[in-house]
Amino acid sequence: MSRVQVLVGTRKGAFILTSDGTREQWEVSGPFFGGWEIYHVKGSPADPDRLYASQSSGWSGQVMQRSNDGGKTWEPVGNKFAYEGEAGTHQWYDGTPHPWEFKRVWHLEPSLTDPDAVYAGVEDAALFRSSDGGQTWNELSSLRGHGTGPHWQPGAGGLCLHTIILDASNASRIFIAISAAGAFRTDDGGRTWRPINRGLRSQYIPNPTAEVGHCVHRIAMHPGRPGVLFMQKHWDVMRSDDAGDSWREISGSLPSDFGFVIDVHAHEPETIYVVPIKSDSEHYPPDGRLRVYRSRTGGNEWEPLTKGLPQRDCYVNVLRDAMAVDRLDSCGIYFGTTGGQVYASADSGDTWAPIVRDLPAVLSVEVQTLA
Amino acid sequence: MIRVILPQHLRALAQTGSQIELAIQGAVTQRIVLDAIEARYPMLRGTIRDQLTQQRRPFLRFFACEQDLSHESPDAPLPDEVASGAEPLIILGAIAGG
Repeated sequence: MSRVQVLVGTRKGAFILTSDGTREQWEVSGPFFGGWEIYHVKGSPADPDRLYASQSSGWSGQVMQRSNDGGKTWEPVGNKFAYEGEAGTHQWYDGTPHPWEFKRVWHLEPSLTDPDAVYAGVEDAALFRSSDGGQTWNELSSLRGHGTGPHWQPGAGGLCLHTIILDASNASRIFIAISAAGAFRTDDGGRTWRPINRGLRSQYIPNPTAEVGHCVHRIAMHPGRPGVLFMQKHWDVMRSDDAGDSWREISGSLPSDFGFVIDVHAHEPETIYVVPIKSDSEHYPPDGRLRVYRSRTGGNEWEPLTKGLPQRDCYVNVLRDAMAVDRLDSCGIYFGTTGGQVYASADSGDTWAPIVRDLPAVLSVEVQTLA
Repeated sequence: MIRVILPQHLRALAQTGSQIELAIQGAVTQRIVLDAIEARYPMLRGTIRDQLTQQRRPFLRFFACEQDLSHESPDAPLPDEVASGAEPLIILGAIAGG
């Protein structure tokens, strides 16, 4: 029988939640790396026993961890992230030039085919790759060097590269997103990059339709439809049907189009999920009601999913890397909150139940669907 | 033997006890002690000082003999009591963060 393993990164360690395919009874293991911030944990699609974790702290900087047994044991691997060549400057919050400085790894994206290959999205924004299981890291520097880098400016959370999407149908194509620079794409394996932000409008930058400067919070893509992208921007939920060449708004009936997460149903490429958040200053759900919104029409028409979720006095946030879907026949949806709850739905979002209620603030949620 | 006391999270990362002992010949400085720690415990590279700039991580401190040596030059000799092993070099996390 199939199993699922939910990999949870929190402010104070990592946790692994496991269940059989019914997703009714859960075992919780952890904390791993207790006391450290775990921005992301993700498994290799090519070898589910190979996991990577980003471990960091304000005291001791960045550590990278690797597991070869599905998370039972871990070993530290390489943590040297050196920008290629002259690091240069980006814009600081006040618009002045600021040197590029490595701070932490936000997101890990293992190769679809090689367990030893993994990408890391870092703050200050850059993309690194390891081809030796995380022992050494090299920057794909043409992303920062393609021309707009000096104009990138950090969002409130830092100048972070938080989204990396690999295209199973085209090994040369990678999408990434940076807060607050926007979305970028390479079609030649990372040698050249270009911004893909046409159609985005952001009132918080001097030119709302500028080529870069947009605070993209998350992009999701169904692996079976690689040209279709869904984006949760700082404000606005957006869609592209041409691999990011152009975007159109699909916020439609949402109670708020601010939010962080967005994801796509495993088997229905037009079914997407967001968690509306009241505003960019409040960072909690509208009306104190935690609602996932689902669109079965690829956007614009949204329905609230509330069964099993708190519908009063709820003021948690759901951060950008904290939603994932499994690939079981009845698609499971998972998300974690800053209040330490991890919620699961085994029926595409119709009903929800907490797997755990009292973890540290959740930074990331990933799911492995295991045979 | 030089004795070094590590903060709890770095002990866990290095899978070692509260105190490590290092055999160092010749001059004993912060830099030489940190080089020796990182050589024996490669997983600690970058956690006490930045790998590229070699700067001490700002929320870690170096104490010995009831003195704060954090702002001393990394190439300044450590106190004789540390060099002789009579007193440990204490690396500790500042009271900061959450």
